[in-house]
Amino acid sequence: MSHPHDDPAGAVLARARALCEDMTFAEVRAWKGANPGRLVIGHMPIYSPRPLLEALGCLPIAIHGGGDQLEIIRGDSYFQSYICHIPRSTIELAVSGRLDAFDGMLFPSICDVIRNLGGMWQMLFPEKYSAYLDLPQNFDMAVGGRFYAQELRRIAGELTARGASALDQARLRDAIRDENARRAALRALDEVRVETPWLIRASEAYVAARAGGLMLAREHTALLQELVARVKERDAQPYDNVRVVVTGSFCEQPPLDLIVALEKAGCDIVDDDFMLGLRMIEGDIDEERPSGDLLDALAAAYLERGAATASRYIGAGENGAALLQKVKDCRADGVVFAAASFCDPALLDQPMLEAALGAAGVPFTSFKFAENTGQFQVIREQAGAFSDSVKLWGAA
Amino acid sequence: MSQTKPSENKAAKDASQDRQKRMIAGHFDKLSRAKEEGKKVVYTFVPGNLVELITSLGMLPVLPEINALQSGMRKLSGGFINEAERGGHSEDVCAYVKCDIGMMKKGNIGPTGLPLPEPDLLLLSYTGCFTFMKWFELLKQHYKCPVVMLHVPYQSNGEITEEMRAYVVRQLVDTVIPALEAVAGKKLDPTVLADTLARSREAEHDLVKVWESAKHRPSPIDGYFGGVYYVGPIFSAFRGGEDAVAYYRELRSEVEARMASGEGPVTPDGPSAKERYRLVVEGPPSWTHFFDFWRMFAREGATVVASTYTRVGGLYDGGFRHDPERPLESLADYCLGCYTNLSLPKRVELLERYVREYDADGFMINSVKSCNSFSVGQLLMLRQLEERTGVAGGFVESDLVDPRYFGKANIENRVQSFLQMLDARRQRSAS
Repeated sequence: MSHPHDDPAGAVLARARALCEDMTFAEVRAWKGANPGRLVIGHMPIYSPRPLLEALGCLPIAIHGGGDQLEIIRGDSYFQSYICHIPRSTIELAVSGRLDAFDGMLFPSICDVIRNLGGMWQMLFPEKYSAYLDLPQNFDMAVGGRFYAQELRRIAGELTARGASALDQARLRDAIRDENARRAALRALDEVRVETPWLIRASEAYVAARAGGLMLAREHTALLQELVARVKERDAQPYDNVRVVVTGSFCEQPPLDLIVALEKAGCDIVDDDFMLGLRMIEGDIDEERPSGDLLDALAAAYLERGAATASRYIGAGENGAALLQKVKDCRADGVVFAAASFCDPALLDQPMLEAALGAAGVPFTSFKFAENTGQFQVIREQAGAFSDSVKLWGAA
Repeated sequence: MSQTKPSENKAAKDASQDRQKRMIAGHFDKLSRAKEEGKKVVYTFVPGNLVELITSLGMLPVLPEINALQSGMRKLSGGFINEAERGGHSEDVCAYVKCDIGMMKKGNIGPTGLPLPEPDLLLLSYTGCFTFMKWFELLKQHYKCPVVMLHVPYQSNGEITEEMRAYVVRQLVDTVIPALEAVAGKKLDPTVLADTLARSREAEHDLVKVWESAKHRPSPIDGYFGGVYYVGPIFSAFRGGEDAVAYYRELRSEVEARMASGEGPVTPDGPSAKERYRLVVEGPPSWTHFFDFWRMFAREGATVVASTYTRVGGLYDGGFRHDPERPLESLADYCLGCYTNLSLPKRVELLERYVREYDADGFMINSVKSCNSFSVGQLLMLRQLEERTGVAGGFVESDLVDPRYFGKANIENRVQSFLQMLDARRQRSAS
């Protein structure tokens, strides 16, 4: 890629990256200062209904731990050695005061670690708002949908009691429209990755998507639209790379340099689940509902158009079918499993996904990481060997 | 610390122990004949299990966690886990799952040496443990049988709300019971279910009396190491049956007799040493070294007067009972109320209650690698509980059924240091 100052997309990418790497959350503090009385609500991966938070006048902020940007001083003392890394750095962020501007946190039902982290939050920060978001595993709108809409109403009521705006259907419709526009912008970005991966590297698309967890949907849409326009101005040539899907990194995020290492090893990452939360709803959220209640729209979107992932019950479907479809849709040559160490959802899912890929003849390789991994040589060599073997023989 | 060797004279078994052994053998015998006799088999999990629905429809339950822990106690789990890991299962994940999958790959031979039948249905009671969902997805891929999911909401705010109860009941009515009926080939008879729940309630009442006996000094029971035997029938295939009623009646009577005569619990090496320490324990035991672990306490006169692991299949001493007058609502409350479905603050409250009500000298946490549902947050629970109660806490790490994670010398050192700390505290408060 050309020098950042010559790169048409350099400025927008630099802004996104700076935002992602700022573990002081300076922009959040600035927003809070400019909007006294409004609430900043953090949320853990994977998925939280951000339009609801925006409709209540809150600033939703996605927390993905501290990555490799944060030294863990006290966070380790809360967890045994066999627990993944994201709760350590998230606790570190909080006990070190970096989340002081936050008024509350949502803990979606991903796994037992994030569930119990929510309980720890209740005990450690009793003055802050803390809620567990029990995403339904029953996908019947009359049963799971009803329960989920009640959950959303409960959370809205609790936030209103803490100073958020009251739930209002018109504001919720506006927030859903903003979210749909963001999804359209993300789809446009993803299309560039799939069709012309040499125009935008996955590591660049990653920071652009991740920045969206740190701002309102409307601002993110503008950022993505600018990025897509700018990358199309780039004068770049295709690489002789293999096309891969990376999967398993939907919660704890790999260090940015690890994604870069995969790229340098000869992989065009044409799809991934790094920032799955923002892409969880496949398609638009309804802007009208027969019931007149747009909480039902949020519920229906999650139940009926939620992406298949390890923390979501597959039901009558086959584990691995969605991954195979993704491989087909983006014309990938293979799959890279990149799960965080000790990540129960990803690692328990992986044998089923591998079986599906194996049966379909899709080559794959796998490794584990921690968000603060600093050594990438082994992974780079492994990915390089994988991409070479796929190029040479069509299979790993 | 005393260094007495295990007694050569093993304790004579209580009549209830013999009864339980016969019950288990009978159940596995029935399972081994299930296919030839046309009996349907439903696999399900211990916490929040709906065994009354299964047996009311004439079907036989299989509980994979029980098989895994039995494999651990019989020193078979290490081999099963290796088998699963060779097949691509990560060393990082729950050893119960890997033990079960390894056992399946090795022919699915149950704890009594008889083969276990394949499931006709997987009843995924999704209560208090994320891994359950992936476990049955893995089994579904192998057995190609139907799965029915019951999503039980988490008590994040420490209470069961009407919305949560209604959600579970609706799933029972719309999904779970029809799926069970389809496999059983008949309709659920409400009278049969009510009678079954009435028997559950009776057994639960007697079990609570057994737990509460530990408030006596000396405690006539060990509420953790001994307790896991006491919960065997009620957490598994037998709740709601006549056998379970008879077992708990007999057990209660034996415990009350021991209490009246001032006897302590029965340990692996016979009658316990004089009660020197009264402890509360949080976390599951390590099944691969169960007796080694028990002896570390029993030899020192350390009796566990209450434990949380023995509440994973129901918090009966919190007042819950299955209720034939409210069958589905009480089944929902049962699922919602299991220990691992409680929020961390509620778990700390419960432990604090046990420390106070059972007049414990200290508490011990056995943190197992396999179970994030139990383990995440336990170091904070330790601090909070020490602050709230003023009693000392100990912390050891091991695993459920993966023998690689039981460091005997290290754990024994920690247990002994903990007990020495309790002694030192006593001496300080006496001086």
